[in-house]
Amino acid sequence: MSNFWAVFKREFKVYFTSPIAYAVMIIFLVTAGYFFFTGISYYSMLSFQASQNPQIYKVNLSDIVMNPLFGNISVVMLLMLPALTMRLFAEEKKTGTYELLFTYPLRDVEVLLGKYFAALGVFAVMVGLTGVYLIILLFFGKSIPDVVLAGYLGLFLMGAAFLALGILVSAMTENQIVASVVSFGLLLILWLLSWTSSMVGPQLGKVFEYLSLIKHFNNFSRGLLDTADLAYYLCFIFFFLFLTLRVLESKRWRG
Amino acid sequence: MIEVDHISKFFGPVPAVRDVTFQVGKGEILGFLGPNGAGKTTTMRILTGFFPPTSGSARIGGLDVFEKSLEVRKKIGYLPENVPLYKEMIVEDYLKFVAEVKGLDRSQRKKAVGQVVETCGLEPVIKRFIRNISKGFRQRVGLAQALIGDPELLILDEPTIGLDPKQIFDIRNLIRSYAGEKTIILSTHILPEVSMICERIVIINQGRVVAVDSPENLSSELSGSGRIRLRTGGPAEDVRAKLAQVDGVISLGESDGQGSFVIEIEPKEEIQPRLASAVIEAGWDLYELTPIAATLEDIFINLVTQESEEAETVSREDVSDE
Repeated sequence: MSNFWAVFKREFKVYFTSPIAYAVMIIFLVTAGYFFFTGISYYSMLSFQASQNPQIYKVNLSDIVMNPLFGNISVVMLLMLPALTMRLFAEEKKTGTYELLFTYPLRDVEVLLGKYFAALGVFAVMVGLTGVYLIILLFFGKSIPDVVLAGYLGLFLMGAAFLALGILVSAMTENQIVASVVSFGLLLILWLLSWTSSMVGPQLGKVFEYLSLIKHFNNFSRGLLDTADLAYYLCFIFFFLFLTLRVLESKRWRG
Repeated sequence: MIEVDHISKFFGPVPAVRDVTFQVGKGEILGFLGPNGAGKTTTMRILTGFFPPTSGSARIGGLDVFEKSLEVRKKIGYLPENVPLYKEMIVEDYLKFVAEVKGLDRSQRKKAVGQVVETCGLEPVIKRFIRNISKGFRQRVGLAQALIGDPELLILDEPTIGLDPKQIFDIRNLIRSYAGEKTIILSTHILPEVSMICERIVIINQGRVVAVDSPENLSSELSGSGRIRLRTGGPAEDVRAKLAQVDGVISLGESDGQGSFVIEIEPKEEIQPRLASAVIEAGWDLYELTPIAATLEDIFINLVTQESEEAETVSREDVSDE
């Protein structure tokens, strides 16, 4: 446990002594803020129209602001999160610190979880900072819609899934650019798997739909909590962390 | 303390280490000597538990390095070649991190870090980022991280490479100061270094151990025959003819173009006066007449070239068999 903690602290700190965390967080927050701004502007325009024709428009904060906002943020995450995980193992391999790390009395799983949770920590801070939007909503007298809680849970789980896949790819290469491009590509394919579900036949289509990352997120962002979605993300995370552990251990068997 | 038992390591079909066997006693300083690519680093990586051998086994303090990897790693301080460090960390934070992963508890950590900082002379850079400190300091940080936790065994892969002479001197003194107290394995391809520091030498070439002995014994092995360098102003061919007749000369090397010859002589013969008078009689100028002492270099080159000649003959035989 203390070993996990040592690795976690180091990794988390390094994100902030290098420019990575700042670059990723700033870009993420600027774009997310932009989406929030456009959502709110659209909402105020609709509210204005609704006040004149109350029978036509039914204005709803969660449908018009929060739901699209979560969708947009998840796209930004898809682009940004591979940048958080790409260095985790690839950099150590490139610079050779890998060798020292794995000759300290540390278990592979302690190293893996330390690194994973450090990335998850940075991501949590990043998503947590968008909480400012909720404060803004409260400030202007709107109550916070209930969907927000489910939406944030969904964002967090999906981000955690992205990071689990990213850490696997990082463990397989020593090139950070390759790590980031490959994890982005894999995530994008998993994300859009549901697109082909109508073309591959009903059985396979169902499987594809179930495997698609975004399908499960849609429920969360609409405020729906389904244990199937929860289970999907947790399995996804566990599966990729498990594979990463195997990759780390494979060095002991190769050659 | 260390028993290495017939270990081999293959990377795919390529052997990096073949059938290496040696022992190291407690408190001994063992030099690991060999040309680049001989398998020094591979052997060290096996000992540190970074990867297992393909066959054979190694035990440290009675524990198998692969089966009981975690316990073994607690006993070892390792300095890899090229000193890979976290460049984006501050020296002090880095050492604290190492102390923590080596399992020291909070109260011991500070003391342990303070100790290695003092031993390795790191006070001037303690608050600086590793990426900003000089190569010499980085090497010392590398040594410091190996020393943290007071391990019984130090494995140092080329600890003095890339340092200036003063720094090399300091590091060697530091290593020597642990003699008898810690077991140390040290790899290098610099010969004077091992003869200065080590009590025993393992010479390794192309993945095989070619000799294990103390530096003194290895030198005396070769002192049976002697060589002399002689430089004169005479015409090369005449000099060769003349000197070949001198009593006690076994063979004459080619001239290097500036009138310098290496002469192989009968062991234990004092033939310098005879060589000198032969040159003077012929009326040539004599510039140099130096006995060449058998050094570790000679032994090394000898062993290493012998080995590769044998290997070549073997491979030629292989071809003719087919």
